[in-house]
Amino acid sequence: MQTEILDRQKKAQEENAEITGSQALLEALIIEGVNTIFGYPGGAIMPIYDALYDYNDKLEHILVRHEQGGIHAGQGYARTSGKTGVVFATSGPGATNLVTGLADAMIDSTPLVCITGQVFAHLLGTDAFQETDVINITTPVTKWNHQITDANEIPEVLAKAFYIAKSGRPGPVLIDITKNAQLQKFNYSGYKKCTHIRSYRPKPIIREEYIKAAADMINKAQKPFVIFGQGVILGEAEQEFKQFIEKGGLPAAWTILGLSALETDHPLNVGMLGMHGNYGPNVMTNQCDVLIAVGMRFDDRVTGRLDRYAKQAKVIHLDIDPSEIDKNVKADVPVWGDCKQTLPMITNLLEKRNHENWLNGFTECMKQEVEAVIDEEMHPKTDVLTMGEVIDQLNELTKGDAVIVTDVGQHQMVACRYAKFTKSKSNITSGGLGTMGFALPAAIGAKYGAKDRTVVAVIGDGGIQMTIQELGTIMQNNINVKILILNNRFLGMVRQWQQLFHEKRYSFVNIESPDYVAVAKGYRIEGNSIEDRSKLVSALDTMLKHDGPYLLEVFVGKENNVFPMVPQGCGVSEVRLK
Amino acid sequence: MKQEFTITIYTENQVGLLNRIAILFSRRKINIESLNTSPSEVESIHRFTIVISETEEVVRKIVRQIEKQVDVLKAYYNTNDEIIWQELALYKVPTEIIAEKVKVERLLRTYGARAVVIRKDYTIFETTGQREETDTLIKVLEQFSLIEFVRSARVAIIKDSKGFHEKLKEFEQAEPQIKNIEKTAILDEADTKIV
Repeated sequence: MQTEILDRQKKAQEENAEITGSQALLEALIIEGVNTIFGYPGGAIMPIYDALYDYNDKLEHILVRHEQGGIHAGQGYARTSGKTGVVFATSGPGATNLVTGLADAMIDSTPLVCITGQVFAHLLGTDAFQETDVINITTPVTKWNHQITDANEIPEVLAKAFYIAKSGRPGPVLIDITKNAQLQKFNYSGYKKCTHIRSYRPKPIIREEYIKAAADMINKAQKPFVIFGQGVILGEAEQEFKQFIEKGGLPAAWTILGLSALETDHPLNVGMLGMHGNYGPNVMTNQCDVLIAVGMRFDDRVTGRLDRYAKQAKVIHLDIDPSEIDKNVKADVPVWGDCKQTLPMITNLLEKRNHENWLNGFTECMKQEVEAVIDEEMHPKTDVLTMGEVIDQLNELTKGDAVIVTDVGQHQMVACRYAKFTKSKSNITSGGLGTMGFALPAAIGAKYGAKDRTVVAVIGDGGIQMTIQELGTIMQNNINVKILILNNRFLGMVRQWQQLFHEKRYSFVNIESPDYVAVAKGYRIEGNSIEDRSKLVSALDTMLKHDGPYLLEVFVGKENNVFPMVPQGCGVSEVRLK
Repeated sequence: MKQEFTITIYTENQVGLLNRIAILFSRRKINIESLNTSPSEVESIHRFTIVISETEEVVRKIVRQIEKQVDVLKAYYNTNDEIIWQELALYKVPTEIIAEKVKVERLLRTYGARAVVIRKDYTIFETTGQREETDTLIKVLEQFSLIEFVRSARVAIIKDSKGFHEKLKEFEQAEPQIKNIEKTAILDEADTKIV
């Protein structure tokens, strides 16, 4: 591959070849190591698709059913592969359909390069057919965007796009290319990867005095508590992180985007933070003396009420993005930098410790939670299945090796709470934006990003109906994803809030479903639907063992709630067990 | 406590960057009181001067968000004490009234104004100064049928600034060394916390 890339560059330089903008774009993708594209053609991107016709052997293009599906697939791909997802869409509606995915990727720091076609440059601003001001629409939801009107710009801008998307705190980049630039022939003198942009510092400079201050503070702590987020995964610092907590004997809890960075069964993994997180991590946040935040951004779903959040604790905040420091929670020691570099520097200065008593506190909390919540969820006294036991059985069968893609709502919280993971980059979910409809297309991308792994999309009966058209993509490409619909015949999370905070005034949460098995059958996808406990294990087993995509619908309790819960407007220590 | 802050931003000269910066304010429902863009002392580097009234905490956070933008090199924020600033104002008044009723010479001298255009039908005065100064002249001229008034955005120079030539050299290095990096407001603040 590497030699082929060099050959291509050399050839281009020798010939000083005349190629079109579209060809230059595809050359750029190949040299950037792209092999999978999710997209949908249309008028303004036709020259690129025409060029793609000749690149079919090098670039695998997956035709999705809707551009939103395309971009979520790009996100799923990026999250399991650790590479940059690439998405094609046409101008106008094609481009506006990307907006939800861009916002999702922006808030969840997912590296994407999206290419949109645009009308001819001379038509810009004339309300031409399928013309939309894509650059201005997408400015707030992209890390960077740029419009190309001349093919000569393509190599350099694409190089910048890939560099910006993946470096520092990753994010989505959108490049809008007018049709004339796609068609235009120009003298191509090769593609040079970008490694530096003068106005852009992807990584802040590490300051050793803060490393030292952080280590001192941790060494002096009696009740240190680590909370970690996706930064550990994005920085590929899973090993460094583990060495850090193991040397310091530091209990560690995760945000839902940090989930799977540390294996579930690790003795220092004390569970999930936030609104539906575990009891211990929430309560202990307000008891620890030093709070060490690694690659996380103190989202309100994690902190609850800020003025009641860890007020007793000194805060150490490790983040690659300086604007996150002090944004929500004031840091006593700000450790700017890539945690892959900063964590080992701190670990070096740590004393080997074992905070046994403190760690036991978490175990005690877990006992309370098991009694009050988890026992009932795992072994319900009624015949009606719970979401928790479905996930628990799934764990048994997959041994924690599967990639779990979740949508948004109750099933997401339950899956994150109970799914077991042994490998990083295994939990794919829409965290910051909370995009219903994310899971099905993201699972498609997740499978392309991790072809040798089992991918299970856990989806509610609401979310599946938002992007159900992507069953078509799965059908056409025979993508081996397992679709597990947890059907409670309600928009469950909204219903839970209406029950708890709106006097059970169930306003428009009663959602009906089609016969999913029949729908799947229409797409030539096999499926099954169950509601009996006795059939659960075999149905899951059949799904996992099936050679190809499979849809399994499991009916679960209609009015089950997710607990523990930190109600909105409350502090984390006010977490409710029922 | 809200007060006036002047934000100075050094950027690449890029289409669309003005919008990218402006929406950082509008997203937080902050009104931009004045905005000026101009070239800087360094060729190809643009300079934004933005005035807002906000608490320092809000300003600090927004400046970090501005600096995070890919095409922004550096952003600073300053109180009015830390800068030298000026605004330019133009006033159009009917010449006949002015000529009849006002001692133009005295007017010009008292308010540091300058007549830019004198025509039969109207005269345009110009003053440069701070807000109160330009405001005072409006009051005076309002009595003499002020036809039109316009004031420019603030331009400001930071008293402590050493300009951007040296700073740019740091940015142009792919691997900057710590000694080359000037302490920023954020680092300074964090420093004091540790001591």
